[in-house]
Amino acid sequence: MLNIALPKGRLGERVYAMFEKAGFECPSIKENNRKLIFENPECGVRYFWVKPSDVAIYVERGAADIGVAGKDILLEYEPDIYELLDLKTGICRMAVAAPKGFRDDPRRTLKVATKFTNIAQNYYASLGREIDMIHLNGSIEIAPILGLSDVIVDIVETGTTLRENDLEVIETVVPISARLIANRASYKFKNEQIIRVAEGIAAQLQTEEQQP
Amino acid sequence: MKISDTMLKTEELAVFRLRDLYGRYGYAQYKMSKFEEYDLYVRNKNFLISDSVITFTDTSGKLMALKPDVTLSIAKNSKDTADGGLQKVYYDENVYRVSAGSHAYKEIKQVGLECMGDIDGYCIGEVLSLAVQSLEKISPDYILDVSHLDLLSLVLDRIGISPAGRVKLVDCVAQKNLHDASAICAGEGISAERTELLRALMQCCGRPADAQKRLKKLFSDEVWQSTVARFFGILSRLPSKNIRVDFSVVSDMNYYNGIVFQGFVMGIPEAILSGGQYDLLMKKMEKKSGAIGFAVYLDQLEALGSAPNEYDVDVFLLYGDGIDPSAVQKTVEGIVKSGKSVRAGKTVPEKLTWRCLLKQSESGVEALENNA
Repeated sequence: MLNIALPKGRLGERVYAMFEKAGFECPSIKENNRKLIFENPECGVRYFWVKPSDVAIYVERGAADIGVAGKDILLEYEPDIYELLDLKTGICRMAVAAPKGFRDDPRRTLKVATKFTNIAQNYYASLGREIDMIHLNGSIEIAPILGLSDVIVDIVETGTTLRENDLEVIETVVPISARLIANRASYKFKNEQIIRVAEGIAAQLQTEEQQP
Repeated sequence: MKISDTMLKTEELAVFRLRDLYGRYGYAQYKMSKFEEYDLYVRNKNFLISDSVITFTDTSGKLMALKPDVTLSIAKNSKDTADGGLQKVYYDENVYRVSAGSHAYKEIKQVGLECMGDIDGYCIGEVLSLAVQSLEKISPDYILDVSHLDLLSLVLDRIGISPAGRVKLVDCVAQKNLHDASAICAGEGISAERTELLRALMQCCGRPADAQKRLKKLFSDEVWQSTVARFFGILSRLPSKNIRVDFSVVSDMNYYNGIVFQGFVMGIPEAILSGGQYDLLMKKMEKKSGAIGFAVYLDQLEALGSAPNEYDVDVFLLYGDGIDPSAVQKTVEGIVKSGKSVRAGKTVPEKLTWRCLLKQSESGVEALENNA
């Protein structure tokens, strides 16, 4: 049985469709209920919905053999896993945003508010920039408005939230998309099944890429 | 006194079996202090699995560390022998480092071996064979992933990547991340043809015979072909059923060279054995010797579990206030001698489970209940 951790929400539903198309369907997952675990012994799969930021933990610790996690989570927590495919969905970017008209003064320590402290730390270390890191858990956009920080490092999808709060992207840190990840030991012992899933999804991605 | 295997936890049993194995191959036990000067670890930070080290100041004012690693200390204390002779040692030590999963310090039981000196094909084969036998002693369902860093280095040199790009590509190789590897190559203007060479190496994963065929096709020059031949010559002496060639085994290339490997057993989600050839570390320490070794991380074995005891004790012996203590003692000793476990008391503790409940009375011992 292959245990697959999917992120709860729209992204999870989109990627489940990919697994289904690859031949690993589990009809019960579409039932409207509050169950979190769904199994289809015929296809040898067990899916479970988990919080998107927890998928990598389930996979790293072996509770799930494979899973789908955003690149943001992989960069932030650096789990010891295999990253098998870029699923080309859930596309967004990790960016630095600031109030419109902001001018960075390199003589000053830059105050950075973010949920993604590891990504921000690595980004500014690569630039050799001294920063004052402020870790927040949500509503990051209001930090520069209230003077808590100079800039924020956050995920930007359409940019609507930023615009509505008079912020703008000043730098892209890294592009983000959903990735198919695998536990290192499971990859050894359930290799055939994992390769079948990965190849099935890779074939779909290739077909989509070739479509005009 | 004979100790039954069932009395020992999986990790305790493994320690005895591994020590016995390494001793049979002529490895001598290496005993060391729990502490080492912190300076050793600062100078070789990248060699460590985790760079967080527990430090303290000793009575002479020196900054000391609780050992986060054993190999560094053994390598530092090794001596180059004039005749190129070998030093073969094994250890059974606790190390202290931050565990990857919990992000907290942990005491980790580690058993391993090091072979230092004039390392030849036999030594490499012997160490790999001992790695295989170590895994066999832990579980019949195991896999040893083996890689060759010189082959990876040759491919990276030949595709012409920048030093910064090289570091990123090595990370991609470790994660089997073909998509980002291709993107990094494209970003550096490396042709699709040369990128394909790296992708071919990353995808070259499987049984040695298949991997050898694929690798031989990658480059036709003498350096490549002879490195491939040496690598598979060594692997051919191992049981191919449980060996996989996998270039995602990437140890720090500033310290390791040649063959590197990781061992997995079914039921444990991460590698429990890790090792390789570390001539470059020896060179950094100004030693002429080469070296190869591995460590088995026994803390992980708890996940395999031991067979749970059905009952806390075989026999619970009840006795009342007026009973002669020597009669109770005699009964208890008789039960212990018969190979059963026993607990005596005036009342049975609420959560205690027992196979058989006996009562010591003035007239003798009577059975009250039997769960067997």
